[in-house]
Amino acid sequence: MTLLLPALTARAAEPTVYPISNMFDPLSKPALMIHESSIVVSLICLVIFLLVTGMIAYVVVKFPSKGASDDRQEPPQIYGSSQIELAWTVIPILITVVLILVTTRTIGEIQDKKMPENAVRVTIIGHQWWWEIHYMKPDGKGGWITDFVTANELHIPLSPKDKPRPTALTLESADVIHSYWVPQLNGKTDVIPNHQNHMWFEPWATGTFLGNCAEYCGTQHANMLIRVMVQKPDEFEKWLADQRAAPRTPLDAIALQGRQVFFGNSCVSCHKIAGTVAVGLFGPDLTHLMARTAIGSGVAPIGQASLRDWVRNPAHLKPGVLMPDMQLSEAQVDQVVAYLMTLK
Amino acid sequence: MANGTTTTATDDDDFVITPTRPGEEKGAWSAWIQDLLFTVDHKKLGLMYIGSGLLFFVVAGLMATLIRAQLAFPNSHLIAPDVYNRFFTMHGTAMVFMVGMPIIFGMANYLVPIMIGARDMAFPRLNAFGFWMFFFSGWFLYFSYFAGPGLYNAGSAPDIGWFAYSPLTAKAFSRGHSSDYWTLSLLSSGIGSMATALNIIVTTISLRCKGMTLGRMPLFVWTFLVVAFLVILALPPLSACQIMLILDRYLGAKFFDTQSGGSAVLWQHFFWIFGHPEVYILILPGFAAMNEIVPVFSRKPIFGYPIMVGANVMIAFISLGVWAHHMFTVGMTSLGNSFFAISTMLVAIPTGIKIFNWIGTMYGGKIRFEMPMIFCIAFLFQFLIAGLTGVMLSVAPFDWQLSDSYFVVAHFHYVLIGGLLYTIFASIYYWYPKAFGRMMSHKIGLWHFWLFTIGFHLTFGPQHIAGFLGMPRRIYTYEAGRGWEIWNLMSSIGVIFQLAGVLLFVWNLIYSYRKGKIAGDDPWDAWTLEWATTSPPPDYNFEKIPEVRSRRPLWDLKHPDDPDWKYE
Amino acid sequence: MDTFINQPVSIDEITPWRPPSIRKVGMLTLITTESALFAIFVVAYIFYIGKSLNGPYPHELLEIPWSASFALFGSSATITFAEFALKKGNRPLFHLWWFITIAMGIYFLGFTAYEWHEFIFEKHLTISTNVFGTTFYSLVGLHASHVVVGLLLLGTILISSLRNKLDHEHHEHVEIISWYWHFVDAVWAVVLTVVYFISAHY
Repeated sequence: MTLLLPALTARAAEPTVYPISNMFDPLSKPALMIHESSIVVSLICLVIFLLVTGMIAYVVVKFPSKGASDDRQEPPQIYGSSQIELAWTVIPILITVVLILVTTRTIGEIQDKKMPENAVRVTIIGHQWWWEIHYMKPDGKGGWITDFVTANELHIPLSPKDKPRPTALTLESADVIHSYWVPQLNGKTDVIPNHQNHMWFEPWATGTFLGNCAEYCGTQHANMLIRVMVQKPDEFEKWLADQRAAPRTPLDAIALQGRQVFFGNSCVSCHKIAGTVAVGLFGPDLTHLMARTAIGSGVAPIGQASLRDWVRNPAHLKPGVLMPDMQLSEAQVDQVVAYLMTLK
Repeated sequence: MANGTTTTATDDDDFVITPTRPGEEKGAWSAWIQDLLFTVDHKKLGLMYIGSGLLFFVVAGLMATLIRAQLAFPNSHLIAPDVYNRFFTMHGTAMVFMVGMPIIFGMANYLVPIMIGARDMAFPRLNAFGFWMFFFSGWFLYFSYFAGPGLYNAGSAPDIGWFAYSPLTAKAFSRGHSSDYWTLSLLSSGIGSMATALNIIVTTISLRCKGMTLGRMPLFVWTFLVVAFLVILALPPLSACQIMLILDRYLGAKFFDTQSGGSAVLWQHFFWIFGHPEVYILILPGFAAMNEIVPVFSRKPIFGYPIMVGANVMIAFISLGVWAHHMFTVGMTSLGNSFFAISTMLVAIPTGIKIFNWIGTMYGGKIRFEMPMIFCIAFLFQFLIAGLTGVMLSVAPFDWQLSDSYFVVAHFHYVLIGGLLYTIFASIYYWYPKAFGRMMSHKIGLWHFWLFTIGFHLTFGPQHIAGFLGMPRRIYTYEAGRGWEIWNLMSSIGVIFQLAGVLLFVWNLIYSYRKGKIAGDDPWDAWTLEWATTSPPPDYNFEKIPEVRSRRPLWDLKHPDDPDWKYE
Repeated sequence: MDTFINQPVSIDEITPWRPPSIRKVGMLTLITTESALFAIFVVAYIFYIGKSLNGPYPHELLEIPWSASFALFGSSATITFAEFALKKGNRPLFHLWWFITIAMGIYFLGFTAYEWHEFIFEKHLTISTNVFGTTFYSLVGLHASHVVVGLLLLGTILISSLRNKLDHEHHEHVEIISWYWHFVDAVWAVVLTVVYFISAHY
């Protein structure tokens, strides 16, 4: 059964988006290592399943009572057999030993991997219900400090099999427990407050990979989606450069008015736009908002219509979201959206 | 402790046999209610446990139906997210604590004293206390729904999931009092469970009739002795972490306050030290029923009695050391992950032995396909699947993918429905004639079985695949185009079949109570002591306290030329 | 169906059938489940040793409670003497030892009250101050609440005995209550080691 599963996700040769996050279709090294041990275990389980089902079917078909006359004579009373019982104690023990060997080896290889010098370092901080993403740079003293901040969509470089370049993730949480899971790239790792976790990707296919928050974290757990964009090295470097650059100043009048509304309201106490007085930390960084593909952590594709909807009342798209309805007039909503659309 | 006269039971010749069927005498309703309120009789309490468990089963099952209705199609707006989150929290909590636990305690209450030839439990009043603690905890939990609008700031039902990971339960993230309803309800029902478990242990150890050594106890009683010990050891951690949570929420303690140095992972450890043995507390009674029903309908003694006892004890023992396999994704060290993966895999050994021994019991027998046996055979097949998906989950790297996905949802529903619920159905079909004096309808039973089985596999089979495709559990909706639609739709359609099956089961209970064939004392030609008394048994169970010489006293009686005690 | 007869005499019929007393098994089971409860609180205490983010810290506060520990451990001996006296039928001696046991238990509780009063009102450590306060008060408080329950049980026995209601058949009650009291003592040995000997260095 498990071998047939890749067939569930038949796809074009080189897609740009992988919509079906099939764990049996791994495209990254740790996911492949997990996949290999899963296949071994699944096959062993399949064989046991077939054998034992066969045994059940055999006794059910072979030993039914033949009706009332047959019932008068009881069958031979067998109380047990030490040899047989010993046999079916030893066989499961042997299987268990095999499973233990497969398991412990894979655990060590994935968990205890040393990250090379060229690894991309990213810190992801879970929030109710979005991801804060810090790209890190060396602080010169052997540690790491934030280079720039973005939200929800993780861009990572392609890692060719001959020249691997892993991405090392550090996971932290600002509030409750979340879990970061992109099945085709790696298993999940929980994102826990007051507790640091680590995971890594080494993808060998470009495109957008989908995932979900995998630990229940409150009302909008369902809409805490994950998008990972794996890019060719040059595209990734260009993206990094764009993200580091300061945002452009808005040009047209309506966007300038929107900017005034944005800075005149409490938007700034939760959102950050680099190079401005908006330095809030509770909501997603908006510096390069329009470089992302979705809003509300994946609840809708980004665009004028969805931004309008969101700014007018965030709870319309995402009921329960912590961003309040700012009670703006229709004109103000248009202005703010025009301003946001300039944050490229 | 005024029950000395009923427990020593030697001077009992002056009892008069007046077998009556409950409800047959035309008493007033008030007398009936009064009897239920004040009874300390283990059989009445047992039936009350099972009855109220089934009541909560219907309520929590309807919640599951609404959950499946919401998930049938992507981007559905049928149910609001917070309402949905309350549904799955209440569904899980109620199914474990208000359905599973009371029904197994009901079985133990009704059957353990009769099977060991006793007149009642060791502490009948403590027994009633245990029942009422559970009963009020259940209503208290559900009362959270009504407390919301009526009382200022009292919130509504809890929405924290049945394992309520901190810090989602902290005041900062769970305002109002919904989490308090959850935690207080579990604390009080836990106290009731510990009281009942203590009672089962004392009854089994001290009230066995003459000749019933530990080596001759029915495996059913053995299994419940093991279950009771697990409750005694595993429920205190749950109570402890509920106490800690209450201290956190009301007195500002810092147990799980991550802002003040508290640990979110500590809750998980404490909860699962309870939570994993709890799984075995729920499934071992299923094994207990298998151990009685499979031999009787195969017309052979259980294959390998000593190793079955050993396997029970071993499962219980190992289950106390595997809790962190629920936590492979929290970032334990590779050594910790390996330890818990290995200890978890070891459970497969005694469980495998049990499955093989049941097949060994059937081998060479003359199997009678009565309703209890049909459910037991389905149990074997379904529990096999549940066990094997459990082995897959125990492989920590595989679990990094599967954990908290729909695969896990499918796995534990195969354990708890395909395993436990099927044996509960089997037990009810098997012991209903004893409790009410009438047989349940075989014809309705077959319809119940097939509708429910089709529905069960249709609902939970596809969820394995949804999990493989990356669908996480506890999401109130999902986007279209991720390959999950068809599996969810199949799953939701299956619920309709399950509902029909349960409806027929309830109908069978009512119909057979009035119209069922009169059962007689021993309708299945069985071998344990409960079949040596009338159906239903009198208040004092046995006119004369029996004496036994083997594991199958009634076999000895029916086959004086070839009794068991010659071979044991 | 009362025909469990006509079977040959076996060893079972010669040896009397005497299963253990329900009270004793019940108390042992209760002690087992209580031990599991304490174990969790002890583990929580050990887990949080040295993890407080702010003071007061254990080493600033904790002093080894010699006299209170002496009283509680001593009461385990006196309750045994009392039981012994009861078995000999010496009622006045039983009353004396039983009363001393209660007095030592009350002294222990008094010490806890005094210690808590000092910590709360002078050292400003409450259950919400830091994780030390949280785990300290919950563990020591859980133990103290068991001492209270034990004292209530001991008091019941003393009162019924003084009113001449304690018959020969109640000797088993006295015995299992003494088991409970020994258990409360044993828990204190653990609490004393973990809280006052080990964590006092942090």
